[in-house]
Amino acid sequence: MVFLEFEKPLEKLHEQLEKLIQINEEGELDMSDKIKELENKINKKSKEIFSNLSGWERVQLSRHPQRPYTEFYIEHITTKFVELHGDRYFNDDKAIIGGLGKIGTQSVVIVGQQKGTNTKMRQYRNFGMANPDGYRKALRLMKLAEKFKLPVITLIDTPGAYPGIEAEERGQAEAIARNLFEMANLRTPILAYVIGEGASGGALGIGIGDKVFMLENTWYSVISPENCSTILWRTWDYKETAAEALKLTPEHMLEFGLIEDIVKEPLGGAHKDPEKMAKTLKAHIVKQLKEINEIDTDTLLKNRIERYKNIGEFEEVTE
Amino acid sequence: MGWFKRLKKGVQTSSNLKKDTPDGLWFKCKGCGHTTTNKDISEHFYVCPKCGFHERIGPGEYFKIIFDGKYIRLFANLKSKDFLNFTDLKSYGDRLKAADKKKPGREAIEVAVGKVKQKPLVIAAMDFAYIGGSMGSVVGEKISRAVDYCIENRLPLLIISKSGGARMMESAFSLMQMAKTSIQLAQLSNAGLPFFSLMTNPTTGGVTASFAMLGDINFAEPKALIGFAGPRVIKETIKKDLPEGFQTSEFLLDHGFLDFITHRKDLKDTINDLIVLFNTKSDFKLTEDK
Ligand SMILES: [Zn+2]
Repeated sequence: MVFLEFEKPLEKLHEQLEKLIQINEEGELDMSDKIKELENKINKKSKEIFSNLSGWERVQLSRHPQRPYTEFYIEHITTKFVELHGDRYFNDDKAIIGGLGKIGTQSVVIVGQQKGTNTKMRQYRNFGMANPDGYRKALRLMKLAEKFKLPVITLIDTPGAYPGIEAEERGQAEAIARNLFEMANLRTPILAYVIGEGASGGALGIGIGDKVFMLENTWYSVISPENCSTILWRTWDYKETAAEALKLTPEHMLEFGLIEDIVKEPLGGAHKDPEKMAKTLKAHIVKQLKEINEIDTDTLLKNRIERYKNIGEFEEVTE
Repeated sequence: MGWFKRLKKGVQTSSNLKKDTPDGLWFKCKGCGHTTTNKDISEHFYVCPKCGFHERIGPGEYFKIIFDGKYIRLFANLKSKDFLNFTDLKSYGDRLKAADKKKPGREAIEVAVGKVKQKPLVIAAMDFAYIGGSMGSVVGEKISRAVDYCIENRLPLLIISKSGGARMMESAFSLMQMAKTSIQLAQLSNAGLPFFSLMTNPTTGGVTASFAMLGDINFAEPKALIGFAGPRVIKETIKKDLPEGFQTSEFLLDHGFLDFITHRKDLKDTINDLIVLFNTKSDFKLTEDK
């Protein structure tokens, strides 16, 4: 188990619990009462810690190395899935995956950023940082969905679009902009879920939705707290302060009206019980699909335009 | 969403903008150091006669260069506010106050309608001197309204980009302006009206990755920095030096992301050609009550 800094009080309790379980299994002493007592204590402490997380702690949880990623959810949510590769121009970006899937009786197109689960795979997936090819693959699949009237589900989890020489040469900005433009006009429902990190234009590049949701321990912001700290405080050290200032938690985003709902995670985070998390997410998607399928396409697009057109806070000065 | 606070105090909404360039006698080129008079440089579109360096200018200068004299400012009553109480080394509120002091009655983008050789056009020009031309709610809203205005009056739109990217102090709201502007430009496109995107030095971040790259025509001034990620970030990520001329207008033209590069002296003629060639017809009349 990996314990984050703020989870340290739990680490000791878990160590004690493991010892008790070991003694119990050796069969000399019956420890079941003690185990139960300690489990309750852990549960209580967990609730205490996790009901009071700061912005920065959410960011850390969203990056937890054991957190489930897009591939895991696809595997657990769909009964059938065919992964589709390539942007048909240049490349198959490994940082964005997608394909055709079946959720219940409904065929859908799922697209999402994918991080690696070990050192080798993290590199292979470029840490979930897509190149233009990834955004263009995503758009190709979304156009496919439009053609066959299938809803699109996007799973967002990226520290940002990749800042590299080739990415600029192949038009990272154009690829993201094109997706925003095309998703505006896409004549099929789009549900967007932030399942981990929602950083900047790289997240938004697959993030336009008729409805947008965030898992409980995720964040969505114009910039990562570290980069924000570097630019505005001129040092890396203010990332915690930046995370607070950016108001990037799902609760803030819901309050601002920028997302429609928060999907509950198991106590301690999605990685504590990934199967349960996938079940909750699936139930959420199924319910949302049912609702959104009722809306005719013209109304859907009209609402989508209004949803984004209304975003903004400013003063209107009168003479 | 969208709670608009109405203020009592007035705002300067005179239809023509003041110039942003200093009034002193001498002008020194930032490209080659060549010294000339301010009068001379302003008559040469703020381009160095010796090396061709395009001096950074504001919306007022662009309006003067492109429009036939008279134009009308639009949506000048929209003002940024510190709705998240964002504080870094300075509060956003103080940053706005400082920007307002430097540029009274202005924002990071100014919109105006006028005529180019008798043909109407809406221009939204960004102002780098106002918090780095950063995109916050006001930039998004002004572009959104400019698009609606174009659709209503059947007018073409020119956006002149000049920005460091999104305005961090508006957090997710600034990010969502990328979506808002792009979605509105999709409506302009659906209405069959042309959008010309002129990129000037610098055009980076969320501005490039939204409206700036979505022109029916994408063009740029010479030697402008245009990109998604800033050169410093890329250099730190790949830990290598960047190639010569990386992320310049010329680089983007070479890689297929610009239609052409225009010298500022040809700007008005180029835009006129585009309006003529796209055959945009409108019976729009330029009057103050529009
Ligand atoms: Zn010069």
